[in-house]
Amino acid sequence: MTIANILIVFLISTGVIFSLVTALGLVRFPDVYTRIHAASKSATLGVMSILLGVFLHFLMIEGIFSPQLIIALIFLFITSPVAGHMIGRASYMTGIPVADETVQDDLSRVVEEKKKQN
Amino acid sequence: MRTNDVMLQTATKVVTFIILVFAIHIFFAGHYTPGGGFVGGLLTASAVVLLMLAFDIRTVKSILPINYVTMTAIGLILALGTAAASIVFDVPFFTHAYDYFTLPLFGETSLHSAMLFDAGVYLVVVGVTITIIQTIGEDE
Repeated sequence: MTIANILIVFLISTGVIFSLVTALGLVRFPDVYTRIHAASKSATLGVMSILLGVFLHFLMIEGIFSPQLIIALIFLFITSPVAGHMIGRASYMTGIPVADETVQDDLSRVVEEKKKQN
Repeated sequence: MRTNDVMLQTATKVVTFIILVFAIHIFFAGHYTPGGGFVGGLLTASAVVLLMLAFDIRTVKSILPINYVTMTAIGLILALGTAAASIVFDVPFFTHAYDYFTLPLFGETSLHSAMLFDAGVYLVVVGVTITIIQTIGEDE
């Protein structure tokens, strides 16, 4: 068991655990916003560490440098949070209520003011 | 209420170039690895569609002043011309030729006339996809 193998196994299992946590969060969290919070953060990190593990496996064990995996890493890192942001914003603007446990909602005040101006 | 989509537009400005470069890579790598004209064309079309989502159709038209119907026609002519060029050399229709050339930056490269046919496919796929989406998008 070389150091490369340990590193690869660590990265891929971290990714799998984070993906599992994402799925758990999607089931357990009360409203759309907390679910987006779970899905867009931990799923991104999970998939990114799986991709990094695969990249290191191909680089260190098979001896193939695969730039497509790096491109996929950067692409996911840019797009996934933006997708989460867009979904959250769209659901807030269409008036989906926040969970009952929520104590603070600063955005509602801003939205009300903007609606009064127009 | 005017929506604020700075996030989407800024991300689009970065991501579009990644998609376009990846589309060109897939197009040129199609002979030896998975990919080719069809997938490359669809990826290019998806980059343009992303621009259309982040900005509006009129802005995208001024960024890319391309008539996509003409683009489709050029692609078809290119594909047919590659196939018909075999008539000049007195070989059966659709016969392809290849040879090895030493290019300045790439070293020894095999250039194949099937690539020209693939370029035709690429132009047709981009043209048809964008034409369909533009036509539906402008229908108000």
